[in-house]
Amino acid sequence: MLEKQLQPTDPLAMLSAVNLFCERDDRVLFRDLDFSLAQGQIVQVRGSNGSGKTTLLRILCGLNDGYEGSIHWYGDELSDRADEFAAALLYIGHRAGVNKVLTPLENLRWSCSLQSAVSEAQLLDALSTVGLRGFEYSACFGLSAGQQQRVALARLLLSPAKLWVLDEPFTTLDIKGVRLLESLLTSHAQQGGSVLVTTHHPLKIDGLLELNLG
Amino acid sequence: MNNGTTTGTSAGRAFISTLKRDLLIAFKRKNDIANPFMFFFIVVSLFPIGIGPDADKLREIAPGVIWIAALLSSMLSMDSLYRADFEDGSLEQLLLSPNPLFFLVLAKNISHWLVSGLPVILVSPILAYMLNLPSEAYAVLVLSLLIGTPIISLLGSIAVALTVGLGSRGLILAVITLPMSVPVLIFGTLAVQSQLNGINPIGYLALLFAMFAAALSLAPLASAAALRISVN
Repeated sequence: MLEKQLQPTDPLAMLSAVNLFCERDDRVLFRDLDFSLAQGQIVQVRGSNGSGKTTLLRILCGLNDGYEGSIHWYGDELSDRADEFAAALLYIGHRAGVNKVLTPLENLRWSCSLQSAVSEAQLLDALSTVGLRGFEYSACFGLSAGQQQRVALARLLLSPAKLWVLDEPFTTLDIKGVRLLESLLTSHAQQGGSVLVTTHHPLKIDGLLELNLG
Repeated sequence: MNNGTTTGTSAGRAFISTLKRDLLIAFKRKNDIANPFMFFFIVVSLFPIGIGPDADKLREIAPGVIWIAALLSSMLSMDSLYRADFEDGSLEQLLLSPNPLFFLVLAKNISHWLVSGLPVILVSPILAYMLNLPSEAYAVLVLSLLIGTPIISLLGSIAVALTVGLGSRGLILAVITLPMSVPVLIFGTLAVQSQLNGINPIGYLALLFAMFAAALSLAPLASAAALRISVN
């Protein structure tokens, strides 16, 4: 199942899964799935459409509990350290959590406040870094899909989370956006953070690990 | 997250921020505010037309009519409580927040009540006048609605949270919420009726307040649990 990966169950790893099994609508998505994600690692989850990539990410985040097996956070059962895990996790799903009625600034202000205190200047800074300068105060329904995705990605700049779980973050981004996100992932990993990302896009990132779901 | 004070302030920040966000969305989508209010106004004003201008008859049905219309107008706007958030992924962000979901759900419920319940309460004396309700009952009517409508918002939130993941909901929301709201309706109208009959309504209002206290402390827990099931 694994290529270029650490021992499947490294007890010191940030996040590790043992014997994961998931079945959906009488179809086995994956069984005996073991893997671990250490600090500083970027893992790309690969697999064909419907192979359970999104389901795996949602299971690891705690959004889906329809699985068997165990998930560990620094060696302890994830459920025992749920508070700590929640504070260390940043999840951006393929529905990015951007309300269309609100402006990028209002969206970002809310989604950041759920996790940590962020000043107004930091919010504006992050929006201009992701290329939304000039769009801070226009409603999101007037923005393109890629721009809406950038609103969600601006959270990467502001969140204190160590673990990023990103579901198809590249789909709507243009070439510049892809470069920006790749550099964000790389610098996050260099600072000791970890990333779990699903995408069909060939990533240009050094030390990228792969997890194939078939 | 390490000690009580940081958790306290960060939960407070998330609470305020969620409340502000929901109110902002409601003000930007003006329908959210106008619809329940207009529905309430229209339904109540149809009664004198349908039943006829018999002052005694109208006075008799006034508390019930106003209360039922308030209940239904609250139901009308209920569906939007979590739906947009479910569809755009904001709900997942809410669930994954390190802050207690109880407070975040409570913030959304308070916002829903401020937008759909409060305008109805403010306009209720005018409609009570239209239904020939004696003016000495206005205060009790407003007070009973003030205590009662938040209960409906809190209870309705549980039903919305349970059904938000379903494709076509139809009437299921009303089927779950309305039976739970019956005690509120009974004590709300009884409070106004007893004031009309010259009996002190404080007992009914106290019962209503007890239900409010129970709903305030327990319903957000149930909503939070239901939301976790719905996003699964």
